[in-house]
Amino acid sequence: MCLAVPGRIISLSNASDPLARTGRVDFSGVSREISLAYVPEAKVDDYVIVHAGFALSVLDEEEAKASLQAFRELDAAGEDR
Amino acid sequence: MSDLELNCPLPLQYDRIVMAHGGGGRLMQQLLDNLIQPAFSNPLLNQKHDSAVFDINGVRLAFTTDSYVVKPLFFPGGDIGKLAVCGTLNDLAMSGAKPLYLTCALIIEEGFPMADLQRIVQSMQRTAEEAGVLIVTGDTKVVDKGKGDGVFINTAGIGLIEAGIESNPRRIKAGDSIILNGDLGRHGISVILEREGLNFAHEIESDCADLSGLVEDLLASGIEIHCMRDLTRGGLAAALIELAATARQHIEIREAMLPVNSNVKSACEILGFDPVYIANEGAFIAFVPEEQTEQTLSVLRRHPLGRQASRIGQVKAAHPRGTVTLENVMGVSRVLDLFSGEQLPRIC
Amino acid sequence: MKYLQEYRDPATAKKLVAAIKTAATRPWKIMEVCGGQTHSALKYGIDQLLDGVIELIHGPGCPVCVTPIEYIDKALAIAQAPGVIFCSFGDMLRVPGSASDLLGLKAQGADIRIVYSPLDALTLAQQNPDRQVVFFGVGFETTAPATALAAYQARQLNLENFTLLVCHVRVPPVIEALLHSPSNKVQGFLGAGHVCSIMGYHEYLPIAARYRIPIVITGFEPVDLLQGLYMTVQQLEEGRFEVENEYSRVVKEQGNLPAQELLLKVFDTVDRSWRGLGPIAGSGLALNADHDDWNAEQRFPVAGIATQESPLCRSGDVLQGLIKPTQCPEFGVRCTPDKPLGATMVSSEGACAAYFHYRIHPHV
Repeated sequence: MCLAVPGRIISLSNASDPLARTGRVDFSGVSREISLAYVPEAKVDDYVIVHAGFALSVLDEEEAKASLQAFRELDAAGEDR
Repeated sequence: MSDLELNCPLPLQYDRIVMAHGGGGRLMQQLLDNLIQPAFSNPLLNQKHDSAVFDINGVRLAFTTDSYVVKPLFFPGGDIGKLAVCGTLNDLAMSGAKPLYLTCALIIEEGFPMADLQRIVQSMQRTAEEAGVLIVTGDTKVVDKGKGDGVFINTAGIGLIEAGIESNPRRIKAGDSIILNGDLGRHGISVILEREGLNFAHEIESDCADLSGLVEDLLASGIEIHCMRDLTRGGLAAALIELAATARQHIEIREAMLPVNSNVKSACEILGFDPVYIANEGAFIAFVPEEQTEQTLSVLRRHPLGRQASRIGQVKAAHPRGTVTLENVMGVSRVLDLFSGEQLPRIC
Repeated sequence: MKYLQEYRDPATAKKLVAAIKTAATRPWKIMEVCGGQTHSALKYGIDQLLDGVIELIHGPGCPVCVTPIEYIDKALAIAQAPGVIFCSFGDMLRVPGSASDLLGLKAQGADIRIVYSPLDALTLAQQNPDRQVVFFGVGFETTAPATALAAYQARQLNLENFTLLVCHVRVPPVIEALLHSPSNKVQGFLGAGHVCSIMGYHEYLPIAARYRIPIVITGFEPVDLLQGLYMTVQQLEEGRFEVENEYSRVVKEQGNLPAQELLLKVFDTVDRSWRGLGPIAGSGLALNADHDDWNAEQRFPVAGIATQESPLCRSGDVLQGLIKPTQCPEFGVRCTPDKPLGATMVSSEGACAAYFHYRIHPHV
């Protein structure tokens, strides 16, 4: 697999080379400098999915909200939602 | 599920010692069971408790020893000196003993800074003083540069057990409540995060603490304590697995009731650890009759080291080999097994 | 943690279990490709919650387990070379080669270090100019970009004391290899969410169509797994075979383009042997010729190492879902997590190790 967890960007480095860009990512009380080489669009307060010191992607909060809402509406009897 | 029976214990599988032999997991258990225990076998050792308990002229004593190797030597919430005193005090306390005297043996690597040694020794003295015990004898050795990791400390301790007190794994009974004094995983996580290479910023402090005062309150309360055990290497899981095997009982704990601080939880998520396997240095469990659960909790919660005390599980029934199950948040039970050795940070 | 805890909600999980039970008219065999999903399924007891409704087949999705023994032996040889600091992820340290594992070697004095990120190994090289620092890069497409950046930066910095032993693997070829096998029993796939966060899921569209099999890209939390299974069951019941995306909060169809771009710059796609499964065409990533100077296989004399697997190990059958781990005669006997014979007992993500860890005691 690939163990990857969501964390929130709390600050960004100023790197001229986009591949050298890093940011400090907070994981509910534990933080680390993470490579943002592959998420050039990421900004402070975004949640990123982090694996082996790298942000794999920016978490799409709208999609997350929509999926959680869908789960809430899911009928316990197993109807289609 | 299969009808698999494991052919355990397996013979010694490694022809050299690896780190996992000291990691509190399965390999260490095998080393103890197959090499060390048979070599020294005697009734006192075979009690398999944190201390040996014996009687001299009508006085019951607990006697224990422990060596401390920790990297880094200074970590958030403590240092190797505090650890070396607390650990031995806790081992005595778990036998129901009031600690009296400690020893201190230092193995120091050539070139070690004098100032650091002074900090460590002062930390030992302070901790002993706070606990009301004396460090009464010791030993100092220096080894060649590169042959030690700064400082190793061994402490031994002796304590007195009052009449009527018996904390012993064999007293664990079906129906007993399992009470935990605090939260899980802080020591192991604070230490591993400090080690080089991981580079995490955090405010997690080791729970390193002397539990003997808290245990004294508990003993004085008249609660019928069947057994106590501190949750050091191998964490809650290793302690429970060993106790279940000695007591030949089925123990069940509930994951949802395990107190783990949110930052410790986060670190576990990132590194791929399970908090039940992480070392603690100020956490213990007590087995008490179910009807004394509330009384136990209220005694513990009056002490600063017991504020978060909670009931985390129960002894279910006699079991031929002893087993520990964990009921997860989905209501499904799984068997808790020993880890091979230390948990290592993983990517997958 | 936010965006983790919500997907572990027991009430939601129960609703999904009920929904799956209602939807499934017969038992379906569904493979989760990724070892992380296997771990999560067993940890949360999802296979037990769906007992008799879905048979979960644990696929070859643990990159640590499938790393061929030949590469472990190469790693062991390099780690023993004088002056080397050998770095890898923690889970590689216990993987056995033919004579030892990295932990055993460390016990004998080799300088072996656990790193959290390949970039940490690069930093170590900068801090230790008089030592040779080698990073052992394993993993699927999720981890490959991290190794790629380390290689790219080493080349940019012209760092002379840093090399990489690269054994990355790709998921789609192994899925095709499994589906192509005449003994295939898998009827639906949960796609590995984090792999797809990098690669997207367009690669799976032709596979689903060609083999007429549903593939649902799925996350790792229990609610994600159950929702992925629910979507797969719905497809199976309705006779559809599409690629769907359960993990839309993380995975986009096109994946991570900057990461893919760097993968192309640094790696070549090569044939690679999988521990337990044998050679699979186009399933590996190796450093390309531009990075020869940073390729540990070029720097150290390891080209002659070509080790064979233990003939007793049946991990290939386990990985294809042909047998359960407990049906292997060596399971728990000559093969344990302390002394694994092969792929699936190696990492805690491996199917055999997961069974050993969570399910060894039948009497409870």
